Amino acid sequence: MTEQILTTRMDAHPSDSHTLARYEQTGGYAALRKALGMKPEAIAEEVKASNIAGRGGAGFPTGVKWGFLAPSTPRYLVINADESEPGTFKDRQLLERDPHQLVEGIIISSFALGVNHAFVYVRGEYPRPARRIQAALEEARDAGYLGDDILGSGFSLDVTVHLGAGAYICGEETALLNSLEGRRGEPRIKPPFPAVEGLYAQPTIVNNVETISNIPWIITNGGAAYDAIGPEGSRGTRLFSVSGHVERPGNYEIVMGMTWRNLIHDLGGGIRGGKELKCWIPGGASAPWLVPDNLDEPITVQACARLGTMLGSGGIVVMDETTNVVAAALSLVRFFAHESCGKCTPCREGATWLERILERILHGEGRHSDLDLLLDVSDNISPGLRWPPAMTTICPLGPSAVSPITSIMTHFRHEVAAMVSGEVPAGV
Amino acid sequence: MTWSPATSERADAIVARYPERRSAVMPLLYLAMREDGRLTDEGMKEVGDRTGITAAQVLAAASFYTMYKREVGRHLVSVCRSISCHLLGSQAVLDAVADETGVPDGETALDGSLSVESVECIGACGGAPAIQVDYEMVEGMTPDSARALVRWLLDESPEVIRSDDLQGRFGGSPSFDPGPVDPVGAIGPFPAFGPYGTAAT
Repeated sequence: MTEQILTTRMDAHPSDSHTLARYEQTGGYAALRKALGMKPEAIAEEVKASNIAGRGGAGFPTGVKWGFLAPSTPRYLVINADESEPGTFKDRQLLERDPHQLVEGIIISSFALGVNHAFVYVRGEYPRPARRIQAALEEARDAGYLGDDILGSGFSLDVTVHLGAGAYICGEETALLNSLEGRRGEPRIKPPFPAVEGLYAQPTIVNNVETISNIPWIITNGGAAYDAIGPEGSRGTRLFSVSGHVERPGNYEIVMGMTWRNLIHDLGGGIRGGKELKCWIPGGASAPWLVPDNLDEPITVQACARLGTMLGSGGIVVMDETTNVVAAALSLVRFFAHESCGKCTPCREGATWLERILERILHGEGRHSDLDLLLDVSDNISPGLRWPPAMTTICPLGPSAVSPITSIMTHFRHEVAAMVSGEVPAGV
Repeated sequence: MTWSPATSERADAIVARYPERRSAVMPLLYLAMREDGRLTDEGMKEVGDRTGITAAQVLAAASFYTMYKREVGRHLVSVCRSISCHLLGSQAVLDAVADETGVPDGETALDGSLSVESVECIGACGGAPAIQVDYEMVEGMTPDSARALVRWLLDESPEVIRSDDLQGRFGGSPSFDPGPVDPVGAIGPFPAFGPYGTAAT
């Protein structure tokens, strides 16, 4: 049985799923009315009982995060719509195609958390999603769902949409908060965590678009109903972005527990042009790769952890048998080198050196010692090269640059060696 | 040179959306780009004056982000090169754009008509390879369609860039069903959003 939570409306009503009229006609804002009749603590309890985990990448339990919110006021809720992890485009669809679902989630969450001003931080390269969420906020305000004394409850909420300006690092929540304060988007040392000292040093919760888009369903159906979907430890549905060498790329909302074979070969339509599968990235550029031996593993948090990887941001990038893995790893490492904020030396220098070494291998100038050098530099960024990665940096960006290296050296070391030896031609 | 009354009004409205005015630095930097077509020293001083920080503090923030550009053409063509686009031929698309325009990656045409850049992931992986023109998305590109796109930009020099228009003229298969047409478009090399600058038919 396929259960959909997030994508039912956009599937059934593609022409107007983003409008208030369609949203209300399909049951929208009923959850808000229900929530406003509940005690804020009771709402937080439902979210905790749902066992939903954050959908941005780190996978931290949302209800637990909410529980850390310090009592002082004002407090803030910030929606992280800075979706920038290569391979991930799910939040873009949620923002464009069902913005009211997110708006209702924001209002309910703000009421539960005692927040009167929320923010939606949308990446700068997403003007259309930003326009859609802004339009939805204005419709909601006109209908009395936002502003002062919402639906006569006495609760007031203002929401500001803020556009980023091209910095992946701002998806890291403390960098995002610095950015929202008008500063360079460099991560802050934790603790203090944002729940204690966040935006303007006030208690702040930062949640992903997909996470908060689930809140109306959880309030309507109860936390226990959500907790009944999918296997233990991987509750609920997830919206996975499938791309690369598949016949049918796209976003697929699935109940976790399905196998990779189902997702890649059935939903994704298999490999383009009848080619063979070589490997895939299971959770965005930061995640170590999986290989065909893993096809019958379930898509769960636990199975990924056992295999030394993660579901991360839900970005699945499929590579076929013709893929030059050195070139693919270079594309990924170059991303992290480009996006490193420069604050921590192991990330700034390490990612840059990994990029240079891969470049010279790819250009036929590799040395035999480069294979071990790649691992040595990686080990200096993330000592022990284990999973989850050890950290020498403030945030996980540096260790993320190591994932493509350990992936090619674990599964395709012979291909890297053959390129260095000149047995296979260099170049993309 | 200070901002026009109309721009000042937009700036005041932006500042009012935040509990602390320094938070308005990023949106005001976009507004400054709209005012001057690019980010200027005068624009940054104006942003500092309106947010209570020095021009140096504004520069410190602005220089962190790739979308605030000191030099940029009338239109900005951004070719994604991250993993999914890479796997599906983004290098050939970038090469075609550079060849057709004579403008290499990271440069601006001498006549200021357009800038070309390769960029990291723009969230169009399901429609790879993808391009943005003034941050309006077009997916499912080929080297040939990319050539046609930049030729159209140079020949027509359109006032407004709209994603649906680009997709209809030059695009292939997108990441997902985009739904109804969005009438709003970009009027310069900065994101078409609310007070920063948009045009609707």
